[in-house]
Amino acid sequence: MRNYGIYVDGKFNRTESGRYFQFRAAQGDWAANLCNSSRKDFRDAVTAARGAFAKWSSAAPAARGQLLYQVAEALEGRKAQLSEELQHQGLTAAAAEAEVQASVNRLIYYAGWADKFQQVFSSVNPVASSHYNFSVLEPVGVVSILAPEESPLVGLVSAIAPVIVGGNSCVVLASSSRPLCAVTLGEVLQSAGLPAGVVNILTGFRSELLGQFTSHMDVNGVLYCGEAAEELKTVRENAALNVKRVSHSPRADSSAEEAQGPYAILSFQEVKTTWHPIAT
Amino acid sequence: MKATTKITAKAAVKPASKLTNKKPARPERCLDFKTVWNYKASPESAESAKLEKRYELFIDGKFVPPSDGAYFANFNPATEAKLCEVAEGSPADVDRAVKSARAAFEGVWAKLPAHERGKCLFRLARLIQERTSELAVTETLDTGKPIRESRAFELPLAANQFFYYAGWADKLGFAFPGRRPRPIGVVAGVISWNFPLLMAARKLAPALAAGNTVVLKPSKTAPLAALKLARLAEEAGFPPGVVNVVTGGKATGEALVAHEGVALVSFAGATETGKAIGKALAGTARRCALELGGKNAYLIFEDSAIDQAVDGIVDGVFLNQGPVLSASSRLYVQESIAKVVVRKLRDRLETLNVGDPLDKNTDVGALPTRELLQRVQAHVKAGLAEGVTSYQADQQVPKKGFFHAPVLFTDVAQSHRLTQEEVFGPVLAIQTFRTAEEAIEKANNTPSGMASGVWTDKGSRIFSIARQLKTGVVWANAYNKYDPTSPAGGCKESGLGRDGGLHGLASYVELN
Repeated sequence: MRNYGIYVDGKFNRTESGRYFQFRAAQGDWAANLCNSSRKDFRDAVTAARGAFAKWSSAAPAARGQLLYQVAEALEGRKAQLSEELQHQGLTAAAAEAEVQASVNRLIYYAGWADKFQQVFSSVNPVASSHYNFSVLEPVGVVSILAPEESPLVGLVSAIAPVIVGGNSCVVLASSSRPLCAVTLGEVLQSAGLPAGVVNILTGFRSELLGQFTSHMDVNGVLYCGEAAEELKTVRENAALNVKRVSHSPRADSSAEEAQGPYAILSFQEVKTTWHPIAT
Repeated sequence: MKATTKITAKAAVKPASKLTNKKPARPERCLDFKTVWNYKASPESAESAKLEKRYELFIDGKFVPPSDGAYFANFNPATEAKLCEVAEGSPADVDRAVKSARAAFEGVWAKLPAHERGKCLFRLARLIQERTSELAVTETLDTGKPIRESRAFELPLAANQFFYYAGWADKLGFAFPGRRPRPIGVVAGVISWNFPLLMAARKLAPALAAGNTVVLKPSKTAPLAALKLARLAEEAGFPPGVVNVVTGGKATGEALVAHEGVALVSFAGATETGKAIGKALAGTARRCALELGGKNAYLIFEDSAIDQAVDGIVDGVFLNQGPVLSASSRLYVQESIAKVVVRKLRDRLETLNVGDPLDKNTDVGALPTRELLQRVQAHVKAGLAEGVTSYQADQQVPKKGFFHAPVLFTDVAQSHRLTQEEVFGPVLAIQTFRTAEEAIEKANNTPSGMASGVWTDKGSRIFSIARQLKTGVVWANAYNKYDPTSPAGGCKESGLGRDGGLHGLASYVELN
């Protein structure tokens, strides 16, 4: 039986709580143990994400893009393992392969946006006074991500990629019912050389961690994937505590072309306007 | 900074008239402003506001009395005299207004060609320009702000806000690459009293240009600008129901926020209220855009042009007597120039005219309510209790009205209430720093992130610091500048979304 850890601050650990849950394959008797992460695990992950933010957010956009591309390469290299995990989670071999391919494509798509969204969405503002005035996009900070319950790989990648390509760091709660690919994705990120703490991945239960993910005062944004009205209400109520930016992604079909776009990056960007006088 | 005058807690909250003729004992050289700088009184006539005795609600293109016949008295904070009576909108009135806005949205407004929508906004902008004098005096009577600021700052900005967004009405397809923006429905504009006309313009112009209809709820403290604007909207040819104004207090605002016919609550005001709105809207499909408060920082480096930097501080913290969401109430001065900056600031404080807001020479007017004045006084008292050094100019302040002379605090620590809590009054807390890293860390050490200022002559440093300050606006070698083309708004707890510019449209459209 395989034991999966959680991916925090670039390392694979066990949950500090010592609690685990078992995943049983859709077919056959394959099973695995996964960490049932605690609130403390989440807090540690936020600390790691905050620690990584300064350097990651000030890295050259092109460098972030290249790292994302390397992640895509590394993911492709793990095709066999990921495909097997997807099949344990109920997909046919063909569907599993398609999902891995879609995930690779998704990463490459966002890798390409890294040094372009700023050009498309920033502005120089023609103010009436004698000032040079421009607005640029900057990452909001630490984003907590409640990954989609379905499409355990492409859904996860589609949630993470736009958040980090814009310079944010994040803490992700993987799908509770289909958690296998999440930890493997952590391995992929690590081997691709993504700096420690930029992405932190926890496994566990949304019902237990939703409150913490959305109310932590050092988290600046929440990406909620799902359709549960009660959960969404909790997300927005807790987000109001410190005016977190909330993005809601209800899409079930993460592989679809429409599920990607620069506006997913913009959900966790702040517009900053700078004024400077022009000598007359 | 031992040179500053100590004032006791008692003295700070005493009626300012008692402070007159008491020269602060300053050991160093200082200019004698009192004998040289006398201005003759030159007040604007209050008549030009053309105020009516009573103001009704503006719903569906008509001025209508409130359903339960309640009115509240509206006062001039500079004289404490009653100006007029204003309708207190009930939840039933709110319901009527939202329904009329909804009907106008589905009926006439959405069907109007976009360029015709734009024309309505253009006409409104022109009407505001034509009525500058009337509107400026109204603003000053209603809020206590100096006529100079009403006329030179708020009025042109409000008119230009409509001019700017008018042109967007038929160009929205170019604003969001790859998407086709659609209007969202009825927008509730719930706005603050500090810039009643400008705030109304900031919410109305982009909302209307994008094809939405609006129910505006001005602050009970300063409702007149919105009511005058309603009259102008009617003149400008907006179809009935496109712009509605419901005046009233907290209950009126809450009824509007809770109304299911509202698609977006666009709020400007206190952070706590903004959070409460966010919470109230959780569990609904309705959204909010928030423009909230800030404990904004202002950094001055030793290579700054000090005189200009001092001017910037005065604009930064004493604009509108302090109640500005972007007011720079925390000043960080590099240690080597702290002494000279504080001296120059104190000299500037001496020259600021505090008094009749209608007088063209007045720099600092009245605070809009007694409650706010008392809050500022309590804040100053708490500051003194924390043992910091303070300085208040030797200013003659009118006996009647809610005036508070500007105050400086030096030797302030990061943990003091003065550096943590938003004051919303003419109170400046000064700290020093040695390195840029220290200044940035101190400046960012607050849950808010509305605006910040940095003064230095070194271009590369400006770009480096502007990037590191976690605020929505950074003024470099400038402060409190606004323009309709320039997006403004807060990071962190200072808000959601932006007002102004292309980015200011985003809150008012549906992109999916």
